[in-house]
Amino acid sequence: MKKVSVSFTLNGDPVTADVPVTWTLLKTLREYFELTGAKEGCGVGECGACTVLVDGKAVNSCLYPIPEVEGRSVTTIEGIAEKDGTLHPIQKAFLENNGVQCGFCTSGMIMSAKALLDQNPDPSEEDIRKSIAGNFCRCTGYVQIVESIQMAAKLKE
Amino acid sequence: MPDYLFVGKSIPRTIEADKVTGKAVYINDLRRPGMLYGKILYSTHAHARIKRIDASKARRLQGVRAVLTGRDIPDVRVGFLKDQTVLKKDVVRQFRDEVAAVAAITPEIAEEALSLIEVEYEPLPAVFDPIEAMKEGAPLVHETDARGRPVKSNILPLPWKFSVGDMEQARKEAAFVTKDHVSTTWVNQCCMGTSGCVAEFDQSNNLTLYSPTNVIFGHIGRISEYFSRIGLAGKKIRVVNPVVGGSFGTKLDTDIYEFIAIQLALNTRKPVKILFDREEEFRALPPRQPAVFTIEQGCDREGRLVFRHCEAVLDNGAYTSWGATTPSVMIMPMSSLYRVPNVYFKATCVYTNNIYAQAMRGYGNPQATFAVETSMDSLAEAAGIDPAEFRLINRNQPGDETPMNLKITSCGLEECIRAVKERLQWDEKKKARQKTRGLGMASLIHVAGGARVTKSDGHGIMVKLDEFGHVDVIESGTDQGQGSPTVISQIVAEALGVRPEDVFITFGDTALALWDAGTHASRHTFMAGNAALIACAKAKRQILDMAVDIIPKIVKLNFKRMKRKDPGFAEPDLDYGLIADPEDLDIRDRMIFPKKEPDHPYFRVPISDILRNGLHVGIGESRVVAAEAFYDPPTEMLNREMKGNLSMTYAFGTTGVEVEVDEETGDVRILNLVAAHDVGKAMNPTLLLGQIYGAGYTGVGYGLTEEIKVRNGRVMNPSFRDYQMLTAMDVVPIEPVIVEPDDKDGPYGAKGVGEPGLVPTAPAIANAVYDAIGVRIRDLPITPEKILTALKQKKGGMNV
Repeated sequence: MKKVSVSFTLNGDPVTADVPVTWTLLKTLREYFELTGAKEGCGVGECGACTVLVDGKAVNSCLYPIPEVEGRSVTTIEGIAEKDGTLHPIQKAFLENNGVQCGFCTSGMIMSAKALLDQNPDPSEEDIRKSIAGNFCRCTGYVQIVESIQMAAKLKE
Repeated sequence: MPDYLFVGKSIPRTIEADKVTGKAVYINDLRRPGMLYGKILYSTHAHARIKRIDASKARRLQGVRAVLTGRDIPDVRVGFLKDQTVLKKDVVRQFRDEVAAVAAITPEIAEEALSLIEVEYEPLPAVFDPIEAMKEGAPLVHETDARGRPVKSNILPLPWKFSVGDMEQARKEAAFVTKDHVSTTWVNQCCMGTSGCVAEFDQSNNLTLYSPTNVIFGHIGRISEYFSRIGLAGKKIRVVNPVVGGSFGTKLDTDIYEFIAIQLALNTRKPVKILFDREEEFRALPPRQPAVFTIEQGCDREGRLVFRHCEAVLDNGAYTSWGATTPSVMIMPMSSLYRVPNVYFKATCVYTNNIYAQAMRGYGNPQATFAVETSMDSLAEAAGIDPAEFRLINRNQPGDETPMNLKITSCGLEECIRAVKERLQWDEKKKARQKTRGLGMASLIHVAGGARVTKSDGHGIMVKLDEFGHVDVIESGTDQGQGSPTVISQIVAEALGVRPEDVFITFGDTALALWDAGTHASRHTFMAGNAALIACAKAKRQILDMAVDIIPKIVKLNFKRMKRKDPGFAEPDLDYGLIADPEDLDIRDRMIFPKKEPDHPYFRVPISDILRNGLHVGIGESRVVAAEAFYDPPTEMLNREMKGNLSMTYAFGTTGVEVEVDEETGDVRILNLVAAHDVGKAMNPTLLLGQIYGAGYTGVGYGLTEEIKVRNGRVMNPSFRDYQMLTAMDVVPIEPVIVEPDDKDGPYGAKGVGEPGLVPTAPAIANAVYDAIGVRIRDLPITPEKILTALKQKKGGMNV
């Protein structure tokens, strides 16, 4: 399998991955860097469990070809808490307000929320729902996820 | 009201912080040294004879470590009625039949190997409609039963029948009678984490299976039975849960893919992982099955139910898993939702060449309640009684014993119905009707205090404290995201006198845990809670026994120190009688104190001081604190007549919905959904709401959008794109109402609540749609197409 060497910033650190050219960003994160927070829920960009940030934008990493990451900045769920372990306000809010149940969608959900709040610190409920429209959840009915993101917006103020 | 520190409080899910940081290890993330990846080759026919399998090319592919077909493993039957083998050797009976399996060093190689396996089939006549399948002369899905005896019919040998009272007499007495035909469809559980497991043998052929099952000990039972037939009798089996990405019924049975992983691991001597992709999840995981009901009910002039008569046919698919037993749960709403003296219910499960069925949240209850509550609305209308009033007239009440012998203890159904009426402004809106808007409601009964479906409904728990006051809890149940880690830590903290953050819980490991009947049937809080109360009382007694010895020693040692520092120190005259008996002491918020003088300046001692001083003493005197409990409630298994008080208590609830129906497009908009639930006591209100919201949403999907489209046995929509699960853009304004009658048998008064929220949602919507536009959709889901068709028929003068 033809390999490619891709250099980019991962959770603030410069990294290089030597992986098969056909790999996706998700596979690279999970297999090469052993960052398994981003999940494969469908593998075809429908469920959002694999959401990470590329240059601040939420993307489905299961569809994102690894060569496209060259020179970009990737943030995953593992990279948003403080170095000392202090949780990001969105992470705190999800625990506080039961935005997590089984947790499988949570990494993607939080990353979509982060992309939103970084752009729009005071979003409406509709803005929030739009931002997670591509993140599926079977446990929560989304209600407490939306509330968690609203709470996170307040915590960040 | 007792002054609880933690019970009843919305303690955050901090104990699950790994889930918000990406650290939690799901089966998807689990990797063992030398692990191989297993993949399954499925049938390409609904019913066919396997003429030839050639796996030689696959075996030669570099990186492949094993290729197994039905000819390579022992011919052992598995499943509820032992009606299938792990790999199918001669005949396939459904599209998802497993005909071969591969283990390779990467998933990609395993996938490639599958494509190299050649299978030649000779198609056989197939049957896809359960009604057709019941007819004489229909193609037989199985030619023989598990013992090899020829069978004549596709009807499963499961006589699900319930009959109480005098139906003939009741029909005569009824002033009003209605009859409805209703039907429900296949729905997928849609766990966000796809299914998977890792099977690993040690050198002596003892198995460790990393599996997300919610019935870890049931797994051991089934696998050990399998082992006894493949020459591994007596080998130790350990089942370990990873973090579980949703369950909803899918993890109740030991799935075929798990047996395949075990066979591949045995064959390769390596750990083998099988992980489903989403398409497999839709095609090859047993879903909730379709059912058709013919339900008749009658009531007297005052609106009191006189009888309920219902016959159901369930499409079982080609093999049996727990789906075939869902009628046992259907009997509960059929016999016991509302007071009804004469009941007849018969369910026939039929083999077809469709995908076979499993459990899903609510088991058979959502299907049966859709039938009962559709009929309740029809009958209320026939009797000229408001549907809410009709339900109030017939409501279950505390102290009732139902025709199924369920003993109703606490019952908040009346409050639930009234709450729904009030929140929806039922009476006002019924008077001032708005065109195309309508109100509907439906109620539920469900087990909420365990469910004795096997001989033991027990639940084991172990509690131990270390010298720092940390509490380790070894829970026999499993955590699939329902919030148990937090709720159990609240209960343990309250009962022991520590804080929730002192409690560390291990779930889902058969090597550590005692025993449990499974984290199913909405039973975990009730069962684990009660077990925890017993274990904690024992552990607490041990601590207090030590405290009686140790507190005086600590106090005297302190006085000695003080005297050394200050020779003038005068030892106060203390009443040591306050702490002479463990009964006189209590523990709260990490502190031990005399009950009579909780703030005593000398006798109030941190729990860790006692634990440390108890452990580090000397030979023959050191003590550890550990206790276990096995709680098995005094309930009954269903007898041959399908009667028995199988749960300690029952959950009740009512969902009311206001909808607006667009008569041009057929779209149903939910304007308000009130979900009132009798939960006994809310242990953690925020987490409880999460159960009601989540189950309610799944119920809305069941009512309006979700359907696995199965055509001639094949799943036509095996993706999220085509299977319409609700997204965050589908705004459903759910307003939960918590009714707390405090159950006498529940831990701190709690009842189970995991499944109830789903149960009444779809019929409440259907009833609201009828109220809005005058057409009753009796077939789930209530799609715009069905509404438009029904409206057209109505305008054309047809009766719907």
